[in-house]
Amino acid sequence: MLEVREVSKTFHSGTPNEVRSLRGVNLDLTPGSWVIIIGTNGSGKSTLLNAVAGTFLVDEGSIRLAGHNMTRWPEHARASLIGRVFQNPFSGTSPSLTIEENLSLASRHGCGRGLGWGLKAPLTAKMRGEVARLNMGLEGRLDNAIGSLSGGQRQALTLLMATWLRPELLLLDEHTAALDPKSADLVIGLTEQVITRDKLTTLMVTHSMHQAASLGDRLIMMHRGQIIHDFQGAEKRRLRPDDLLARFEEVRRAEQLDESAAQMLAEQYI
Amino acid sequence: MSLLIGTFTIGFILSLLALGVFISFKIFAFPDITADGSVTLGACVAATLLIHGVNPPLASLAGFFAGTLAGACTGTLHTRFKINPLLSGILVMTALYSVNLHVMGKSNVALLSVNTLATQSEQIGVRLMGGATSFNLVGWDVTVRDASVLCAVALAVVVTGLLLYLFLRTNLGMAMRATGDNVQMIRALGVNDANMIVFGLAISNGMVALAGALLAQYQGFADVGMGIGMVVWGLASVIIGEALVGTNQVGLTIIGAVMGSVLFRLLVAVALRWGLSPNDLKLITAGFVFCALIVPQFLRKKKLGSAHA
Repeated sequence: MLEVREVSKTFHSGTPNEVRSLRGVNLDLTPGSWVIIIGTNGSGKSTLLNAVAGTFLVDEGSIRLAGHNMTRWPEHARASLIGRVFQNPFSGTSPSLTIEENLSLASRHGCGRGLGWGLKAPLTAKMRGEVARLNMGLEGRLDNAIGSLSGGQRQALTLLMATWLRPELLLLDEHTAALDPKSADLVIGLTEQVITRDKLTTLMVTHSMHQAASLGDRLIMMHRGQIIHDFQGAEKRRLRPDDLLARFEEVRRAEQLDESAAQMLAEQYI
Repeated sequence: MSLLIGTFTIGFILSLLALGVFISFKIFAFPDITADGSVTLGACVAATLLIHGVNPPLASLAGFFAGTLAGACTGTLHTRFKINPLLSGILVMTALYSVNLHVMGKSNVALLSVNTLATQSEQIGVRLMGGATSFNLVGWDVTVRDASVLCAVALAVVVTGLLLYLFLRTNLGMAMRATGDNVQMIRALGVNDANMIVFGLAISNGMVALAGALLAQYQGFADVGMGIGMVVWGLASVIIGEALVGTNQVGLTIIGAVMGSVLFRLLVAVALRWGLSPNDLKLITAGFVFCALIVPQFLRKKKLGSAHA
């Protein structure tokens, strides 16, 4: 399904601000798998998602999805195979367009856009049904501008839009991090529903150890641009939030050890 | 009366310009200065073709397409070569000055002795009125020429406005609107936003050039300096229109832009009648747009201030 091979990316290379965000990352996703990515700040988890989505081109390595080598594809071309939900609830919808116009845009995700009428009756009927399943009472307000909705409502609609045409790959980038706890639970519930119903291959970045432990069928942990742990199958199912916190603690200790060792060496030899 | 009709006619013609500016400024949030050059381009192309005997509708259409080319150039400069929007427009506008001179071969072309859309609509009007050249409208003498030109222009604006409205509700039109609204989202939905901008600016400048072509035929000449300050003019119309309709709904904003253009022309006519020197017109227009841009900010601040108190 998704094949990420030896992907590296360095930002601001050759300057003092050089950041090696990804260092030879390898990742294979089987169809229908739901992979959770966790990691410390700056570990490269969002960068990995953006590399797959094509926000930038990678320096080295290759990215293949559903049989296409899309390493050099521009963002909008990859988007025909990929559905995305962003961390910022305002990123995924067009505020001055109405709910139905936004959904209509999503209904032609990756298709050509010609002079066909945007809002045909069968499509709006389908929209009403799908929006009603969100249980937010929005089905009667399809002609309202999306800008007038709350962050949670907009994120739920973004999720609906991203999965409208069953993308080959769904990318969720901390999509509940900016929501209040109640909306976050709601959106996570909807996420689980749609992924299991449509058997979507999913990469999901999260900060929540609870989500990381309870969702998905595989979990990878990133640190300094590399994948340092990969839990699958029964091992993943046994994971509890505390286990993950312990792993983070391990990483932190190792880092401290590195630093103190470096300091000791510096004191002794310089 | 003739003055009033003339005011309305020019107001309607320039509402096409306002609609073009509406597309670039409001839909794409792209401050497109190209319009200053493409108004003249439309006028020059149409005028030159007219004096070579091309039939008027065809010449006007050619003006429109010349404008679309100019807009596509600006869009390409911005999207392909990553030049700042304002600068892209300035480059193309500057280049157009020479292009316009080349098209006309001199700095202005008179259309007094050739067949234009204005003379054609007059002929149709006279035929409809059974050969009369003037008639009485609630106590005023109105020449058939003035009346029929006004009707023709109004018809052209209604048709263009309706086409624009319908277009903005097609799949392509909605993708264009979303591009101006949220680029990240429309890219994530697989749309090439660069193409949308090039295409949108092409349509915008096409309409602006069409306004130029009609204006040249109405006033009977095309001049290389006729486009100066037209962007600000269009912007003033769009701003007045927004204030008039007070909503973001597509259909109403289009109607608003047309009404804004006519109203602004009316205000200008009244000001000129009261003794405003035509030389001060651009200064006053710029001052007006400045006020229209800062007043909403000012009001918001005041509202916030009173909410805190």
